[in-house]
Amino acid sequence: MGKTLAEKILSEKSGGDAKAGDIVIAKVDLAFVQDTTGPLTVRQFQTSGMSLANPERTVLFIDHAAPSPNANLSNDHILLRDFSRQSGCILSEAGDGVCHQIVSEAYARPGDVVVGADSHTVTAGGLGAFATGMGSSDVAVAFGLGRNWFRVPETFKINVSGELQDGVSAKDLILHLIGKIGADGATYKSLEFHGEAIKNISMSGRFTITNMAVEAGAKVGLFPSDDKTKTYLENEGRGDDYRPLAADKDAVYEKTIEINASELEPTVSRPHTVDNTALAKELKGTKIQQVVIGTCTNGRLEDLELAAGILKDKKSAGNVRLIIAPASRRVLLDAISAGYIAEFVEAGAIILPPGCGPCLGLHQGALGDGEACLSTANRNFEGRMGNPKSFIYLASPATAAASALTGEITDPREVI
Amino acid sequence: MLQGKAHKFGDSISTDHIIPGRYAHLRSNLPELARHVLEDADVNFVNKVKEGDFVVGGNNFGLGSSREHAPLVIKMAGVSAILAKSVARIFFRNAINLGLPVLICDTDKINDGDELEIDLATGTIKDITNGCELTFGKIPDVMLAILDEGGLIPYIQKHGDIKI
Repeated sequence: MGKTLAEKILSEKSGGDAKAGDIVIAKVDLAFVQDTTGPLTVRQFQTSGMSLANPERTVLFIDHAAPSPNANLSNDHILLRDFSRQSGCILSEAGDGVCHQIVSEAYARPGDVVVGADSHTVTAGGLGAFATGMGSSDVAVAFGLGRNWFRVPETFKINVSGELQDGVSAKDLILHLIGKIGADGATYKSLEFHGEAIKNISMSGRFTITNMAVEAGAKVGLFPSDDKTKTYLENEGRGDDYRPLAADKDAVYEKTIEINASELEPTVSRPHTVDNTALAKELKGTKIQQVVIGTCTNGRLEDLELAAGILKDKKSAGNVRLIIAPASRRVLLDAISAGYIAEFVEAGAIILPPGCGPCLGLHQGALGDGEACLSTANRNFEGRMGNPKSFIYLASPATAAASALTGEITDPREVI
Repeated sequence: MLQGKAHKFGDSISTDHIIPGRYAHLRSNLPELARHVLEDADVNFVNKVKEGDFVVGGNNFGLGSSREHAPLVIKMAGVSAILAKSVARIFFRNAINLGLPVLICDTDKINDGDELEIDLATGTIKDITNGCELTFGKIPDVMLAILDEGGLIPYIQKHGDIKI
């Protein structure tokens, strides 16, 4: 019987025949933490008495509070820097960017098992890595043993036919899927993406889709590793990391979900759950006070290019704060070279350093009482952006840019 | 045998309800962090909860972030088990890793404030207040072994490795 991508990777990494429902111990190829989960991981690790199994494949990212807004978080950063120095593991500093973006750019390989103390670790599934979020204790164990236990997930085959139309992007596709199956529609499952439309989706779009797999409850979101993956890794100077990877033709799926990409329209998640979706055009007239373009979901060069195309030579609405948060230092540099950053600044935007920015409500754009924000991030939970009395809408970079121009939720097809 | 009062919550209680990101600066000061447990779902929870009580959720309890601080502050509040109709994957694993049982059952039968008696060995929940008896889903053996040692780190300290 054939294997799904999840079964294939976990078979290889456990040295056995892993089938959905099995519990296996698998080798972990990359383990990482960020600055809000890392200090607890380090403490748990030190309590356990283990030493690092693979310091060169253990990474600590300072990205959530970067640069630090207060002394407490600065002290957490010192703890991470000290641990990196003492243990020999890698430190990614404030300003380098969001862990998931850098894991994709520099570390994850097709066929790897990646664990991170952050739920959006699923992002690296875009290049065919079995990447999943875990808590601090589980990642501490992966630090020390170089392996951990996994339940092999059942897989939903997401078959996407057709072609995304102008003004519609990978973000709209994943918001549509989550709206269709619900925020717990894929709990414990692997989402495996197939179909004509998927072959044509860029690596940037693939990462947007896998980044949000966890918003349907999924353990992992997986794309095959194909020619696009090869070109991406070559462009990152990692051509040797490429290997082709696909599910077997006769793999067994728990269910198949069909989506026609040609029929999708700009989609928005309304407060306070990601599955509370509507079409952008249905929300026309909804006033917003802040727009965020960036984060690990949509802070890549392609996203900034799309937004800049809409904002160039225009001004954001006077009553809207437009915040741009590039996902990594590399993205920021490329966006500067391409002229997008100057165009954003001229359009009235605030440029944040590469990092998580306002997404988790720590700093850099917390919302006031009764305020609404349209963000390209991945979560709109009550209180997520620092205030339980505020409202978060999620959308694509194109919808966000169009809405920044009008001060209300706007279908980007009205302005492109 | 666990005994205590049920504190009932609705569906989709996220890790942001349990311990909001705006308190991330308190994550290295756990007693202070724990004062905000479940604040965005019920601001009075921290004052009402007593040692041994239960947090009772609906569907998809603990969705969202991987922050282990979420089950940690619930445990620090004295809660002896979490009951829910369904639970998000990372939260489930995190709670067990801290030695905090998560029991999947039909929580519609339990009302806020009910006195519960839970036998982990037999898998039964008795609602003393309304007389209802419930069973909960089996916890996988690998997780039971971790729970038995009081969590993942004590388990590793004792066994030096993970066994399945």
